[in-house]
Amino acid sequence: MSKTYHLTAPLSDEDVVQLKVGDIVYLSGIVYTARDTAHKKLIDLMDEGKELPFDVKGSVIYFVGPTPPKPGDPIGSAGPTTSYRMDSYSPRLINEMGQKGMIGKGKRNQEVIDACVKSKAIYFGATGGAGALLARQIKSAEVIAYPELGPEAIRRLEVVDFPLTVVNDTYGNDLYEIGRAKYEIKD
Amino acid sequence: MREIKYEDIVKAVRDHIIYSGTNLSKDALAALNKAYEEEESPVCKEVLKQLLENADIAANEARPLCQDTGLAVFFIKVGEDLKVVGGTLKDAINEGTRKGYEEGYFRASTCVWNTRANLKDEIGYNLPAIIHFDLVAGDGLEIEYAAKGGGSENVSRATVLPPAAGREGIVNFVKGVISDAGPNPCPPIIVGVGIGGTFENAAISSKHALFRTVGTTNEDPTLNDMESELMTKLNNLGIGAMGMGGRETVLGVHIEANPCHIASLPVSVNVQCHSSRHTSFKL
Ligand code: SF4
Repeated sequence: MSKTYHLTAPLSDEDVVQLKVGDIVYLSGIVYTARDTAHKKLIDLMDEGKELPFDVKGSVIYFVGPTPPKPGDPIGSAGPTTSYRMDSYSPRLINEMGQKGMIGKGKRNQEVIDACVKSKAIYFGATGGAGALLARQIKSAEVIAYPELGPEAIRRLEVVDFPLTVVNDTYGNDLYEIGRAKYEIKD
Repeated sequence: MREIKYEDIVKAVRDHIIYSGTNLSKDALAALNKAYEEEESPVCKEVLKQLLENADIAANEARPLCQDTGLAVFFIKVGEDLKVVGGTLKDAINEGTRKGYEEGYFRASTCVWNTRANLKDEIGYNLPAIIHFDLVAGDGLEIEYAAKGGGSENVSRATVLPPAAGREGIVNFVKGVISDAGPNPCPPIIVGVGIGGTFENAAISSKHALFRTVGTTNEDPTLNDMESELMTKLNNLGIGAMGMGGRETVLGVHIEANPCHIASLPVSVNVQCHSSRHTSFKL
């Protein structure tokens, strides 16, 4: 049976090891946004031994490129983008920098799943295409790096009760595999 | 000869883009409601509930349904006896697209293929639009429009099968594409299949098939039969809403077929996510 949790980011090891695939998490606290290009820049900084634009330890990174905010709003529509494009970057951020959570949609590769086990991190799924609904849970947004990337800039978001499902846990499980096997009807 | 003003086309395109990016098309909404009613899997039912709520919020607050507001795709039938005054038809479509995306607070998502630099300052906000023109008799102007997101486009595939592969080969190819795609294209999805013609014909037909109203039957009985078979087989994959495991994976399968070369059987599969933002209008 799946359980429901209310957690606050940044996350600790204790926060993440209790979670199992299929659990629902309402996440509050601070979340950083980054897509492919921003991830590449973070990895380049690591290779050069330079400081990263935010503290990655315990952090949750949301794979999103929001629409521009309407006047008076903190952010426009802000649902997840497909996560596999970050597969070549996530393991290093998890294993070397202590990242604890990723928010996106779609399958991850084995290296990411292994990193989640080895260094205790979670891949959360948010509902793709629910950008207007999810934006309501984002209370503030501030560009903290790479403004020239537009929607792909790194933003610091303050979220309240952001609805997530655990897709990959710290035990090597994958909700996409388990869920599909349960409902598949073979020819 | 009928005359139509450049500005009138620009305004109509702009308005339709903003409306369809914030109001989920009626057919997709009805199909999502049906999927919500019928879904047995609790996690997928929750996802479908969120999608219905999202459509409500987007419409009530005039917000983009999804942050990926897509590339603007048009299929346009232009009458030979129609004259656009004050500019060209192509420029009018592009200008209407630019205005719709910028003034609707939509995202500019076009970029240079290699540097990935956004093209909003170089060519224009979310430009260029993808336009397929067809020249027809008369003086009409018929515009079909869809916003096409990247997630579902990325899992689309085309191939050229040997003619001996036949109907079974096509069904297996489509099944393989959707199975591999899994959760990535934001299911529940609409599947467009283009058969025959040349390589590019099949691809364009698979895109155009997505413009058909979901829930309608194919006029061609052979294709209609294939659509039903595929619908069952694809839902049997168990992918479910957002790939979390469930019964409701596919909202519709739409096939368009063309005559082809005696040596080939081209097939293309174009996937549309649940955020099906499409419309058509005449000017
Ligand atoms: S696949 Fe569709 S619903 Fe999903 S993020 Fe892309 S445009 Fe939005």
